[in-house]
Amino acid sequence: MADAKDDAQKDGAQRRTHTLLDRRKLLAGGALLGSAGAAMAGGAAEVRGTTIRNGQIWRPGEADYPEDATGAKGYRFFTGAEAAFVEPASERMIPSDDLGPGAIEAGVPVFIDRQLAGPFGRGDHFYLGGPWPQGLETQGYQTRYTPADLYRAAIPAIERWVGGQFSGRGFKSLGGADQDKVLTALEGGDAKLKGVSAKAFWGLFIENVIEGFFADPIYGGNRDMVGWKLIGFPGARYDYREWVGRHSERYPLPPVGLKGRPAWDRA
Amino acid sequence: MATKLPEVDILLVGFGWTSAIMAQELAETGLSILALERSAWRDTPADMAPTFDQDELRYYWRQHLFQNVSHDTLTIRNNTSQTALPMRRLGSFLLGTGVGGAGVHWNGQIWRFLPSDFLAKSHNAQRYGPQSVTQYDMTVQDWGVTYEELEPHYDTFDKLCGTAGKAGNLRGQIQPGGNPFEGPRQNEFPAPPLPMTYAPTLFAKAASEVGYHPFPHPAGNMSQPYQNPLGAQLGQCTYCGFCEKFACGNYSKATPQTTLFPSLFTKPNFTLKTGAEVLKINLDSNGKRAVSVTYVDGEGREWEQPAGAILLGAYILHNVRLLLLSGIGKPYNPQTGEGVVGKNYAYQITSSVHVFYDDKILNPFIGAGALGMVVDDFNGDNFDHSGKGFIGGGYIALLTTNGRPVEWYAGSHIVPKDTPNWGPKWKAAVAKNYLKSATLATHGAVMSHRGNYLDLDPTYRDIYGRPMLRMTFDYTDNEHKMSDFLTDRATDIAKAMRPREFRANPRKGSWSVVPYQTTHNTGGAIMGATPQDSVVNTYMQSWDVPNLFVMGAGAFPQNPGYNPTATVAALTYRAAAAIKSQYLKAPGALVQA
Repeated sequence: MADAKDDAQKDGAQRRTHTLLDRRKLLAGGALLGSAGAAMAGGAAEVRGTTIRNGQIWRPGEADYPEDATGAKGYRFFTGAEAAFVEPASERMIPSDDLGPGAIEAGVPVFIDRQLAGPFGRGDHFYLGGPWPQGLETQGYQTRYTPADLYRAAIPAIERWVGGQFSGRGFKSLGGADQDKVLTALEGGDAKLKGVSAKAFWGLFIENVIEGFFADPIYGGNRDMVGWKLIGFPGARYDYREWVGRHSERYPLPPVGLKGRPAWDRA
Repeated sequence: MATKLPEVDILLVGFGWTSAIMAQELAETGLSILALERSAWRDTPADMAPTFDQDELRYYWRQHLFQNVSHDTLTIRNNTSQTALPMRRLGSFLLGTGVGGAGVHWNGQIWRFLPSDFLAKSHNAQRYGPQSVTQYDMTVQDWGVTYEELEPHYDTFDKLCGTAGKAGNLRGQIQPGGNPFEGPRQNEFPAPPLPMTYAPTLFAKAASEVGYHPFPHPAGNMSQPYQNPLGAQLGQCTYCGFCEKFACGNYSKATPQTTLFPSLFTKPNFTLKTGAEVLKINLDSNGKRAVSVTYVDGEGREWEQPAGAILLGAYILHNVRLLLLSGIGKPYNPQTGEGVVGKNYAYQITSSVHVFYDDKILNPFIGAGALGMVVDDFNGDNFDHSGKGFIGGGYIALLTTNGRPVEWYAGSHIVPKDTPNWGPKWKAAVAKNYLKSATLATHGAVMSHRGNYLDLDPTYRDIYGRPMLRMTFDYTDNEHKMSDFLTDRATDIAKAMRPREFRANPRKGSWSVVPYQTTHNTGGAIMGATPQDSVVNTYMQSWDVPNLFVMGAGAFPQNPGYNPTATVAALTYRAAAAIKSQYLKAPGALVQA
């Protein structure tokens, strides 16, 4: 009861806030956990406790900016063998051609790598508890794999399947038409992979490829905003009031991202 | 072992639209009011500033504002012959979390239900015969409240939000430019309609040509600066195209934060605690009175919070689960039809028609959550259903909510027929069509059915060891026939828009948890005129435990073809008025069973 009394007295104060866990420290700490800790880390991020009365709280310096995933070189998650699938596969899906750069130039593999190395890869917003019977299509994602685990399990399984189909060769060494056949077999679920669902992997992979091509460049993909330039999306722009009524006129300004755009950077 | 805290007069569970409205309305009584929100505080400067707000990946695809299913989810199945499995990833609906709830990430589509919607059973039975409301195992009910009773409360919510629109029916007089099918309004909208982007004007012209009645969609996005009756100031929308699934950094979308908090948080008798997750409602020994709730704080400690009255204002799925976990009311049994808690869970059925032009630049990235034109000719009972084999309806709209490219191409697949999902032809189709595409959406009712319900899962448990909620739901022939009819009417309009080509996407087969459809889950704590067929009376008061009130769309006996928020708010205002004028003077049942 001492706690209760203490709490009641403190409630009398003008305003009392206590942050149990600083969110950034928590996320940094979560990064050290393996996938087994993912569910707990995701839950803990929800539970900052604060008592608020007599005015809304003001949190100077706590603006919740996204992490910048650009800059660093090399892969943080993918092994060389994994990159040997992800790079050519994503490039077949969004090829470099007369219309503009494709997936590799846009940084799609780097984007996916950074995502899999972070909270998304750990399944921070996935429920992964068991039991895990096979689900119906209408029940959506039904595996116990985190996204990172799914890539880690699926890519070698795909390579084994490719080897069986193409006399021991790896995906990267195939010609474009054969690579497309493999991707089509994954998409349709015709590729029977050992220990992992081809459709589950494909569903996540194509989503991540499109994300990497069109998400804000701050996450490492859509480099130089090539995805946005391809279609004419002006990006993270704030104010179109003058343009609402200008029907069928082409919007003239180039895209901007959360960090601005390359023309604004120092050389 | 829970530590007991001092009693408060009014306890609110969850802190989104309904609890914020209740707190604001009840604060004038001087009673002590405490709200418990399980997740975090959220405000505009720190969490949704315009410097980082337009971030498609983070907010939608990485679910920054939504309930984290790793912490709490439910199990899903289409019917009782299937084994329900956990929703392992958000999809079909995007549950809110944190202060402001789903009211932070909504589009701001502000609708009133039709007068006949509130009489779904009696009205349809009278016009189309008694079997019209019982075929396909339907369990349709009247609400026990009428449009006329709710109208002043709808009006209050419009004024709170600064709703932009044009009245179609002012005190019985049909007005040009508005929705001629709507129930009579006492007042014009507080703000004029949003200015129109190009695609909705093409839609409106075509809809008029085929004989329908287009009007501007009512919007909680500000068409001009607005100060509401509580003194909260909202700014003009800048049409950035990041409304639904996002928070507004511009104070241009009506949310609990923008419309209520500036006033509410000055009330000395109101307190909000975040990081406080309510596990259970505790009853007295007779089971007739709610004495307290048990909650867990961020450190995992358990507290018992006693209260004079308890108001559930969490999302419907949580409210229904709390009733079931606390043993309040009789759980629904789909085999016998007995019991009411969990009964008549419903959803909505959507479809779309994409149009693609060669000669028109539509700039789809210029948008707002409720910016567009809509026809209501085929909603509710606005048309003759004779011989059609279904009841209910929906609206058909062309809204320019967004041009967010990941959503367009990983979610909605807004590409012409026969476009592959990847490769050079996909890339070429995307490059060619993005600026010249638009989508007509149909937004249809789901009636209640014997087999659609909520209960507790026998297998899966949450992190506290409590059973998860189990959702058993599928569309029936009523929904599919109705939605196909709406899709055909949308296709008529799409053709009249004279695009190069169009592509219709009818909703086929069973309900699936992917892809995103709509966050309009309803029922399970339904309202009505008697305790035999409802969980709460029309003041949202539990029949079984009169000092417990259950807010939200859980009260809808079935789900009409409109967005639910304004009706949820109107029901909350009506309940607040009854609590103030009657309940607090003589606590007890407001309606005799």
